[in-house]
Amino acid sequence: MNSNAASSSTANPDAAGSPDPPAPRRSSKRPKYSKFTQQELPACKPILTPKWVILTFLVVGIAFVPIGITSLLASRDVVEIVDRYETDCIPVANRTDKVAFIQSNASKTCTRQITVTKHMKRPVYVYYQLDNFYQNHRRYVKSRNDEQLKKRSKTSETSQCEPEDTTPDGKPIVPCGLIAWSLFNDTYTFSRNKRQLTVNKNGIAWKSDRDHKFGKEVFPSNFQNGTLIGGAHLDESIPLSKQEDLIVWMRTAALPTFRKLYGKIEVDLEENDIIDVILENNYNTYSFSGKKKLVLSTTSWLGGKNDFLGIAYLTVGGLCFFLALSFTIVYLVKPRRLGDPSYLSWNRNPGGH
Amino acid sequence: MPSSLIEIVQYKTVKRWSTLPLLFNRNKKTPRLMVEPANEKSQHKRPSELLVYCTTAMSVNGFLGAVKHCSPFGKQCLWSLITPVNPASTWGPLIFIFAVSATKEAWDDYNRYLSDKKANEKEVWVVKQGIKKLIQSQDIRVGNIVWLRENDEVPCDLVLIGTSDPQGVCYVEGVIECPGPDKDIRRFDGNLRNETKLGMTRGIPEPKLTAVDAMIDKLTGAIFVFQIVVVIVLGTAGNVWKDTEARKVSLDLVKSLYAKFIDWDYEMIDPETDTPSHATNTAISEDLAQVEYILTDKTGTLTENRMIFRRCCIGGIFYGNETGDALKDVGLLNAITSGSPDVIRFLTVMAVCNTVIPAKSKAGAILYKAQSQDEEALVHAAAQLHMVLVNKNASILEIKFNGSVLQYEILETLEFTSDRKRMSVVVKDCHSGNISLLSKGADEAILPYAHAGQQTRTFVEAVEQYSQLGLRTLCLAWREVEEDEYQEWSLMFKEASSTLIDREWRIAEVCQRLEHDLKVLGVTAIEDRLQDGVPETIETLRKAGINFWMLTGDKQNTAIQIALSCNFISPEPKGQLLSIDGKTEDEVCRSLERVLLTMRITTSEPKDVAFVVDGWALEIALKHYRKAFTELAILSRTAICCRVTPSQKAQLVELLKSCDYRTLAIGDGGNDVRMIQKADIGVGISGREGLQAARAADYSIGSLSGTSLFNSVSLMAYNVFYTSIPVLVSTIDKDLSEGTVMQHPQILFYCQAGRLLNPSTFAGWFGRSLFHAIVAFVISIHVYAYEKSEMEEVSMVALSGCIWLQAFVVALETNSFTVFQHLAIWGNLVAFYIINWIFSAIPSSGMYTIMFRLCSQPSYWITMFLIVAAGMGPIVALKYFRYTYRASKINILQQAERMGGPILSLGTIEPQPRAIEKDVAPLSITQPRSRSPVYEPLLSDSPNTRRSFGSGTPFDFFQSPSRLSSIYSRNCKDN
Repeated sequence: MNSNAASSSTANPDAAGSPDPPAPRRSSKRPKYSKFTQQELPACKPILTPKWVILTFLVVGIAFVPIGITSLLASRDVVEIVDRYETDCIPVANRTDKVAFIQSNASKTCTRQITVTKHMKRPVYVYYQLDNFYQNHRRYVKSRNDEQLKKRSKTSETSQCEPEDTTPDGKPIVPCGLIAWSLFNDTYTFSRNKRQLTVNKNGIAWKSDRDHKFGKEVFPSNFQNGTLIGGAHLDESIPLSKQEDLIVWMRTAALPTFRKLYGKIEVDLEENDIIDVILENNYNTYSFSGKKKLVLSTTSWLGGKNDFLGIAYLTVGGLCFFLALSFTIVYLVKPRRLGDPSYLSWNRNPGGH
Repeated sequence: MPSSLIEIVQYKTVKRWSTLPLLFNRNKKTPRLMVEPANEKSQHKRPSELLVYCTTAMSVNGFLGAVKHCSPFGKQCLWSLITPVNPASTWGPLIFIFAVSATKEAWDDYNRYLSDKKANEKEVWVVKQGIKKLIQSQDIRVGNIVWLRENDEVPCDLVLIGTSDPQGVCYVEGVIECPGPDKDIRRFDGNLRNETKLGMTRGIPEPKLTAVDAMIDKLTGAIFVFQIVVVIVLGTAGNVWKDTEARKVSLDLVKSLYAKFIDWDYEMIDPETDTPSHATNTAISEDLAQVEYILTDKTGTLTENRMIFRRCCIGGIFYGNETGDALKDVGLLNAITSGSPDVIRFLTVMAVCNTVIPAKSKAGAILYKAQSQDEEALVHAAAQLHMVLVNKNASILEIKFNGSVLQYEILETLEFTSDRKRMSVVVKDCHSGNISLLSKGADEAILPYAHAGQQTRTFVEAVEQYSQLGLRTLCLAWREVEEDEYQEWSLMFKEASSTLIDREWRIAEVCQRLEHDLKVLGVTAIEDRLQDGVPETIETLRKAGINFWMLTGDKQNTAIQIALSCNFISPEPKGQLLSIDGKTEDEVCRSLERVLLTMRITTSEPKDVAFVVDGWALEIALKHYRKAFTELAILSRTAICCRVTPSQKAQLVELLKSCDYRTLAIGDGGNDVRMIQKADIGVGISGREGLQAARAADYSIGSLSGTSLFNSVSLMAYNVFYTSIPVLVSTIDKDLSEGTVMQHPQILFYCQAGRLLNPSTFAGWFGRSLFHAIVAFVISIHVYAYEKSEMEEVSMVALSGCIWLQAFVVALETNSFTVFQHLAIWGNLVAFYIINWIFSAIPSSGMYTIMFRLCSQPSYWITMFLIVAAGMGPIVALKYFRYTYRASKINILQQAERMGGPILSLGTIEPQPRAIEKDVAPLSITQPRSRSPVYEPLLSDSPNTRRSFGSGTPFDFFQSPSRLSSIYSRNCKDN
């Protein structure tokens, strides 16, 4: 700025006196003081010292390996028998065109024999497993109406249920939607040594669903009446809250491979027992190459047979040990002082950047 | 009516200037309701928002045909069935983002509105039909007659019709042109067509985007492309865009908080006036740390624009060398009481040879009105040395000396021009009738005209000595003029004054005929005090790798001296100052090439090379040799641009911006407004030169106190790195303490290139989040497989996994844990569970009982621990490894700080005591004893009789018609 033009008409009030008078203090403009606004809150500032990092990895390793072993043992305790049947239950002659067979009126009854490999403590859970069945498909998942399922007054509430919302003449389908329409309808009957094994189908669905999601006064109507039959038919005299197979099915699975509870066998199964299964192979998974499996399984505190947790815990624990060890070795072999300002590049090379 | 009253009468007002063309002040009658829609519109312009918008739109529309699920059902292209998520969940966040952004902008606008309102509602006296009426300044209309009193703010462009001053003179501070009503009325008239200094210097402010914003915009673009690729290639939906939006929202809030912290900061209050700093633009604080170029104004920014008479040399005797204040020098006081003729003559010149107008205040004290701070300082000093300028009435001047009143008649005033570099008055002693010529001016303009017998060596030494101390020097001289010599000369002078062609040159020639055979009386030294801590601040900032450019309307020599005294340029032999000058294109070209060559050679050497360029050469360089000049700008860490016009200042800012540098402009005057608006970050100093700059600026600071600006703000800004995880509390995270940063200012260099948020950093974060997403997803679906594969449960497991991971990531990246951090990190985690439990208790909700169910399963908790360990293990290991073995500079300092080790590697940088206040000597320590030939002696160009008050060069044309055309055309080109 040009000082000769720099202007000032502000003559100092004490003109003949000091040329720089003190400016008046106006402390009112000062913002209120607090440790927060001044960013001076007491703080703990941890840093990653070798001691802490190695110790942490060590502790995690020590904690994870036992958990892993326990989980693995729990999973190994579970006895699980899986029988894949979708091809075997089609007569050899019909295997060239399975879809045509499954859509025909021919008898679909099929017998399977299962050998119990290990003593199975009751209750033995019976599951059906579907592979390559995308219950998580976005259109499929949404194709239901929870209001209709819950309240009798909302029977005609079929929005979101397309294409299975109403019959061609406009009557509402209860339960509407693709999920209910595609209800699984294979049935299993078990017998051991010619004596029937009762399969308890009560209480296979979540209690919360039975009590609050599916109405006691909502009865199926117009269900599976169309030309295209998706799956099981429902007994129109039983309210939805008692249709536990439906309730189980309506809890959609997150993955294309899933198991759903079919029932419980409430007796122990001995090793080498031969279980005869009479199976109605009704459900069409052939048009999308889906697999069907019958699963008998016991359970543990961790759930069914699943080695993943145990192996993952052992792996992570092992890696933690490994990291702790290697950090220790590196630390001992090549110690490096933390916070040495001589490592700062500008201190090494003055003037350089 | 007291004599201090000034009456300005206005016959025409031009639109009230406003430096911020934002909603409220563009049209002060804009209804408040206009804010939201207008804001929403302008918000949309930002690519980031648009892309978020597009991405969302894409997520709605883009899945058509891209999804290849194996489905047993017939194809049905019903629109509502196509989107993977509920429309509300897609549009909801989008609307929320706009709401948050718009609210923030609205709040900013509202605050601007308030400050504008304050300006608009200022009360002004208006004379209507002979009656003075008080109205609001916004109601002033063209044709109103405004009555202003002393020290009133000038509310709009005014034409001076009359003043209470007998000579019809009024002095206006700062920015508005107001020549006397005598000669230049036409030019002023033209000037009113929005060509006031503000009008001309004001550009159209561009919306400012910070580096972070720009980067987010780019990255959002990248994410957008990435999402399209994901959609097309994988065909499976990801909720990635949700994360992006969340980050943008929290960044916006974080920025507002940063800005608030600037307002709150105690260390940024000017202790003298207690004016706190204020951040006008809340959106750009994080850019403060990425600044690479600081362009600063000189007067009022680096210096206080408050001149103080410090030393003098009279007749070869130095006064004030011991005490640092000549006014207290016993020798001088004794000489005055003993009536030493030289000293008295010296004081007389000080008191008489000027254009200062004395005025009596109500209390009886004498106030001085001066256009030039130097003159004011001299008159004040003379008054303190008992030579009091009492009254100036028409051509009679009264001086009180030791009780007696001396009267002089001013016969002629030989005005100051920048070519003559001196001013003189011809006065007649009313008592004795003797006519004498009193002159003051730059040494080179006075000493060569000394009469033959006088030895000027001591004066040359004095000038040398003073200018090395950074003081502005003036030489005072006089000679007696015979009556007939005066009469003869007077005729010539009158003739020259009335010529129309080359008047300035002819006057100069005539003046020269009188100004010879001078008896040099002595040298005065005036201090233009540097602002507190300026040298230390500049030193620190330069160490931090920030390049400094000083843009000033000042003269080259003065600028160089100031630059030297505030560590702006290093003295020889460490530094080298190259000069680009020349009047013609060829000269400038050659000079530029020479400098560029030198610059290229010396870049490898650890030498501070700076260049000096004046406005004229700069104009040519920018116009014809832009490429070369740009290269020079990049090579040179320091530059001094003298005699630059406001529009050139803005051009320079643009030049640097065009090379992708982050610029920060500091200024206080109206002529800095445009530069401040152009720069990435503008800092206005609400100091003595008015508030225009402060209103235009994004940050206004009570007074430049760079050190505090540095530590507090940059630290906060720097932390933006860690706010990539959307947690607001990270604003109060500190990675380094102020002390550490002050000791290692170079650390900021690290932030400059935007290293802390750049594509690779972002890629790192992106990679990390991808890794975490994979960990959480893979573990969830494998543990919750088969009979547990229930949709609600699996999604909740994966979500809890992400929340756990996020908490640990934030914890790992947080440097200092205060209550707020703990609350934010762990409170967040607890809140997640509480909220989900509440939802799980509502029967109608989709996730009824899910959370209770999960929390009662051992496998859920085991899964969480697994996700945390698997997700954090590699991150911690990698971080530890880099922290210890590939430590960044910040890490090293953190370690040093926390270990309490010695970190004082650079020595403490305590602000030096204000050097000149007590004695100039300490300052001289940092100054060179030997000056290079490049450094010319300081030229003080204080004497000046101009009536225009522009503090920049463009208004030289009021006095110097010969330069009018060139400067005028210069400005025209810019506008």
